[in-house]
Amino acid sequence: MLDRKLTKGNIALAEGAIQAGCMFYFGYPITPQNDIPEYFAKNLPKIGGTFVPAESEIASINMVMGAAASGKRAMTSSSGPGISLMQEGISYMAGSEIPCVIVNIMRSGPGLGGIDPTQGDYNQAVHGGGHGDYSNIVLAPASVQEMFDLTIKAFELADKYRNPAMIIADAMIGQFQEACRLIPEHPVKSYDKNWSLLGCESREPRLLKSLYLGPGEQETHNLDLQKKYRTMEEHEVLYESIGLEDAEVMIIAFGTPSRVAKTAIKELRKNGIKAGLFRPITLFPFPKKEIHEYSKKTGKILVVEMNTGQMLNDVIIASDRNSTVSFFGRPGGGIPYPDEIISHAMKLL
Amino acid sequence: MNRIFEHPKSLKYTNTHFCPGCTHGVAHRLIADAIDKLNIREKTIGIPGVGCCVFLYKYFNIDVLEAPHGRAPACATGMKRAQPDKIIFSYQGDGDMAAIGTSEIIHAANRGENISVFFINNSVYGMTGGQMAPTTLLGQQTTTSPYGRDFKTEGYPIKMAEMLATLEGVAYSSRVSLHSPKHINQASKAIQKALEMQINEMGFSVVEMLSTCPTNWRVSPTEALETVDREMIPYFPLGVYKERKGKDFL
Amino acid sequence: MYHDVIMTGFGGQGIQMISQLVAVASIKKGLNITYLPSYGVEKRGGRTNVTLVISDEEIGSPITNTPSGLIAMDLIGLEFYQPIVARNGLLIVNADLIPDDRIKRDDLNILKIKCNEEALRIGNQKMANMILLGCYIHEIDFLDIDDISRIMHEVLPAHHAESIPDNLNAIKRGMELASSK
Repeated sequence: MLDRKLTKGNIALAEGAIQAGCMFYFGYPITPQNDIPEYFAKNLPKIGGTFVPAESEIASINMVMGAAASGKRAMTSSSGPGISLMQEGISYMAGSEIPCVIVNIMRSGPGLGGIDPTQGDYNQAVHGGGHGDYSNIVLAPASVQEMFDLTIKAFELADKYRNPAMIIADAMIGQFQEACRLIPEHPVKSYDKNWSLLGCESREPRLLKSLYLGPGEQETHNLDLQKKYRTMEEHEVLYESIGLEDAEVMIIAFGTPSRVAKTAIKELRKNGIKAGLFRPITLFPFPKKEIHEYSKKTGKILVVEMNTGQMLNDVIIASDRNSTVSFFGRPGGGIPYPDEIISHAMKLL
Repeated sequence: MNRIFEHPKSLKYTNTHFCPGCTHGVAHRLIADAIDKLNIREKTIGIPGVGCCVFLYKYFNIDVLEAPHGRAPACATGMKRAQPDKIIFSYQGDGDMAAIGTSEIIHAANRGENISVFFINNSVYGMTGGQMAPTTLLGQQTTTSPYGRDFKTEGYPIKMAEMLATLEGVAYSSRVSLHSPKHINQASKAIQKALEMQINEMGFSVVEMLSTCPTNWRVSPTEALETVDREMIPYFPLGVYKERKGKDFL
Repeated sequence: MYHDVIMTGFGGQGIQMISQLVAVASIKKGLNITYLPSYGVEKRGGRTNVTLVISDEEIGSPITNTPSGLIAMDLIGLEFYQPIVARNGLLIVNADLIPDDRIKRDDLNILKIKCNEEALRIGNQKMANMILLGCYIHEIDFLDIDDISRIMHEVLPAHHAESIPDNLNAIKRGMELASSK
């Protein structure tokens, strides 16, 4: 308990990456995530790592691809506009099954938008973003401690499944500070990379590619990818639940709104209203089965997001058809306050 | 009996998809020969761009990473930083390197990344069916410059070898041609030079190769070779634009 | 136990410093905290605001629209946050920069401290923030000056280590001022 240090979200994330063995960072400045490249620029050279201030986000993600294809843990981070530029590279890495970690400290959009916290990039992260039929692993931290722990998890999952893993956190999670244990909870897992390109000494040449032109090849490749995504759904779903055993209303939220919802739920319960929280930690794989089960039990659902309703659609699909799904969202930099969540929850009863 | 000619170890024994009269095959052969000669096959990793060059992975007997269009120099940067003891080269066409990938090539060169870049300049987009490239000659007809390239609306053909030579990080920049045995011999030496630059950690090396595309130029293989000599070389002069001699740049 | 406070002022007044001291001291005592600073655009033009939430339970929201405390080191900060302070909450103002008639609330525990003047009096004009921190420490029940003194070397930059006794003196002076009100 006493070895927890006051730490900023972005710093916890960068330190988590280093402790996960990420020795390669490539990136381009954009607010509100500049603490991340700055931390790597300062600390990677001290431990023999590599930091490259790339000429663009397009170059960043492709440098990540080169280092990751070499079997190294590599990452980049950015925010809205920069993440949009990276989509080409992310799609190639999904197609070529090259693992890496991409961090999006979300700022409000569309366009240049603003630097306020938002969750407007949920669909981009969870439902594609780039071209083709692929899925990123997507993790959504809601505390400084999770910025540290889930970054390690992201590297582990990326390597385990040979897949890009994204961390999406609204700017508040990146910028605020909490007490954080900066030591991994478990020994960091590593995976054999018998696919990496190291030169073909004493073996057949290897190839990492996403181009499949032969008859039926692309379809087979896509079906293989889908099989992988289903395995993730089977084994890797993470979520937190509070008070859902007896809840009359289930609030579903991730990131900052889930934090605000916790305060709202405490207040509601003080006033005799049995509210509960379901917080997806993995946005892909999405906790479909779990939401379905809880929706059967609870029936009344309030989705709270800092957008106009993106995860909402996934909740509607997952929920039991007899349940009611309502929505409260504040887009473009607005942050919901506890009393706003309380009044929306009350409306359902 | 001494064997004086054989199939390069760095090329697979297979047929290519290249059109008759295309000089991509010659470029492949020269690069493979140089890799064999320098005895670096087992530590060389190739990164083709998108276009006709992408199939490099089918023909080279080495590890290969397929890069997104134009991004090979960025991928090569990441790879070389991760494995400084390996030999990393990109192989890019003009649409790839001189258009969509200008940012990546310029900054990789400017950082002096210790990689080698082989640039195939055939003045058109080959694989997509002969559209105008930044290297298309003035007056040259393509499917997207059907009335001939006009500098007033499309600008002038871009001279990559000269442009890259102006950057401090570049150790070697030259332009060669693949249209005649004499020029092929010169090209062979340039390719080997570029790889030696990398082996000796001299910095960024690039070889621009004037190439043919008879299919999209709508000419016979022989005419294509003559076209390189008659039309391309006058605009894209051959020669070494930069060659770093010692390590005093460090 | 639950406490939330907003500290506000302009850059250079030491808002971040006193917020950090409260945050780190609370963590050392095993409490949970969230520390939300202004960043980016909000920071331009020189504003510094910090929202601190402190609790012995898990903290939900790191933002609040009903803080139980407000420390305002300048007028802009006061005018912005004064209306949202919870009834019976704590308001500490820098009376050197904030005229009396701008304080509109009468349902708060209000401490008006001429902290710039006091800082000069004790010989270091940079200590105005520490005087207000002393007032704050006096008014809350989950931290005392020993808790702050214990962690000050962790928060102050190393090159300011020799100023720790001065800082502690200023905090003590703030506590005295608060107790005499």
